[in-house]
Amino acid sequence: MSVMAPDRGFQGETLLEVRDLKVHFPTPDGVVKAVDGLNFTVHRGETFGIVGESGSGKSVTNLTALGLVNRKAAQIEGEVIFKGRNLLELSPNELRHIRGKELAMIFQDPFASLHPMFRVGDQLIEAVKVHSDVSKKKAEERVLELLDAVGIPKPRERLRDYPHQFSGGMRQRAMIAMALTHNPDILIADEPTTALDVTVQAQILELIDRVKKEFDIGVILITHDLGVIADVSQTVMVMYAGRAMELAPKDELFRKPLHPYTWGLLDSMPRISQKGTRLLPIEGAPPSLINVPPGCPFHPRCPHRFAPCDSERPAFVDRGGGHPEACHLTIEEKRRLWGEHEALRLGVAS
Amino acid sequence: MGRYVIRRLLWAALIVFVVTLLTFVIFYVMPPGDPAIRFAGKQPTEATIREVREQLGLDQSLPQQYFTFVKRLVTGDANDCPQGVEGCGWPGLWISYDSRTAVRQEIIERAPRTISLAAGAAVLWLLMGVSIGIISALKRRSIADRLAMGFALFGISAPVFWLGLLALFIFGSEGLGVDAFSTGYVEFTSNPLSWATHLILPWSVLALLYAAFYARMTRGNLIDTLGEDYIRTARAKGLPERKVIMKHGLRASLTPVVTMFGMDIALLIGGAVITETVFNLQGLGNFAVNSALSADLPAIVGVTLVLAVAVAVMSLVVDVVYAYLDPRVRYS
Repeated sequence: MSVMAPDRGFQGETLLEVRDLKVHFPTPDGVVKAVDGLNFTVHRGETFGIVGESGSGKSVTNLTALGLVNRKAAQIEGEVIFKGRNLLELSPNELRHIRGKELAMIFQDPFASLHPMFRVGDQLIEAVKVHSDVSKKKAEERVLELLDAVGIPKPRERLRDYPHQFSGGMRQRAMIAMALTHNPDILIADEPTTALDVTVQAQILELIDRVKKEFDIGVILITHDLGVIADVSQTVMVMYAGRAMELAPKDELFRKPLHPYTWGLLDSMPRISQKGTRLLPIEGAPPSLINVPPGCPFHPRCPHRFAPCDSERPAFVDRGGGHPEACHLTIEEKRRLWGEHEALRLGVAS
Repeated sequence: MGRYVIRRLLWAALIVFVVTLLTFVIFYVMPPGDPAIRFAGKQPTEATIREVREQLGLDQSLPQQYFTFVKRLVTGDANDCPQGVEGCGWPGLWISYDSRTAVRQEIIERAPRTISLAAGAAVLWLLMGVSIGIISALKRRSIADRLAMGFALFGISAPVFWLGLLALFIFGSEGLGVDAFSTGYVEFTSNPLSWATHLILPWSVLALLYAAFYARMTRGNLIDTLGEDYIRTARAKGLPERKVIMKHGLRASLTPVVTMFGMDIALLIGGAVITETVFNLQGLGNFAVNSALSADLPAIVGVTLVLAVAVAVMSLVVDVVYAYLDPRVRYS
């Protein structure tokens, strides 16, 4: 089943196109299907949000694209086209020249992402020098520029500090500075705010949004938090058990979600506009990736399941409106169910 | 930094002082029997015993003996050195009951042997252990890894005396007959080449045991470190894999090895008893054993003091180096 990544009408140069990506890890207990048939496209100027529970394949997708997944341990199929080249076919050395230069990544835990025994300045200078043959002085100037751009005060003094002398937010800023070193085309941010205080979270998201505009890049924002997505994304893909469940422009996704799993996610998220409503967790637990339920992986937890759900895997297709999803219900049924659902929710609230 | 070192040195001095007190109590106060009788020769007369007792200072009360001991240690024992004994001076360790020579002189003569043995073996085991550990961490579950870990298991399990005798058997006159590898010790200053060839076998035998430990430790630390987030960051930067491992990986995984290395060296300075005995090196370990067997109190205390000073100094060195390597633990 090969479905072309659907065009959702975002204006901007196509930077990254993932086509039918599968990442399977054979283990003694069985094959872990971390990613199982994934399609999406990221454009310049776009913040592409990927949301899903732990173990839904969000991070593996991006680590695979960057070549940071052990290729010997994984069976990888499909294509990841970045600026005309299939990243999955590049040699480790070719990939290395793209990583940190054209494709940059920041991670969840800024406490652990910087080497504790090297000065922050030296780690950033190293990032400059790895892809460009410049003097240490030139590299240092570039680093100062970057630290200033990400809002670290007195950058010249902070250069000599070690990571433990930085606060969590500062460390993430330094990581972002490192990622921006070579004006990449895409910044992949893997749960960039999860480990930070709420106030700092907002600052970091704002910073990511600002550098996206200033550096004119595409951002892939991986998170389990719909609130983070709501703040800065233009497009959102909802993942479950290594597959895409739904992909839509942000406003569309929040106003007219089409997949019962997305409904569950929205119900479990506090919304200021609906103060007083109860948070409803999704019943059950995410499936094991070794024994993914047949048919729709979400069916055991889905309140709307019916005959084909436990046997036929629903195709991830656009049924009109630039809003592809993978569910056996018809669009009309889904519109009706969501309408009733919202009415009931608001009814409970009043 | 300077203040930290000074504070640590004062602590070290205090520790050494406590060690002297403890060894004095353990060896002078606790053992039953009169040393004077033991060292007065066969079938001594009352007069001889009294004379010996007086000569050794055993006629004084215990606190007085301890005071004299500390006084000699601090100011040197050149002034009350008995006639015919050479090598008294600072720090005064008094004379051996057994051989009636200055303990200080004995230690000065033997220390280079033990230090030569320990230092050479240390270089060898560090090179072997760390490189084997790296290879086996990077090629996990490969044949190279299995061989290396098999070697490590062998090195840890094989008794040093057996290895030493085996080495002598293979290379000695009964085996290959490599004369250069014969036992004994040659002064470095008299013939550096001969010094080295005489030490090759003891170095190797001693290094094998430690190399095995270091290989396992390096392997484990490096495997742990390579799973850290900052290694993923280094790769995400686009660093070549060699640099990821040799710079970012090793820096973090070798810091604990430094601690272990310092302590192992310090303990070896107290003497590698078995290796010294097998290869007839006449170092400090050998001296310690002989002194203990003959209850030669000043000699025992002397060797113990050397060990205590070595441990105190090495732990200071280790701490300073560690603070340099890991900025998170800078002196506070």
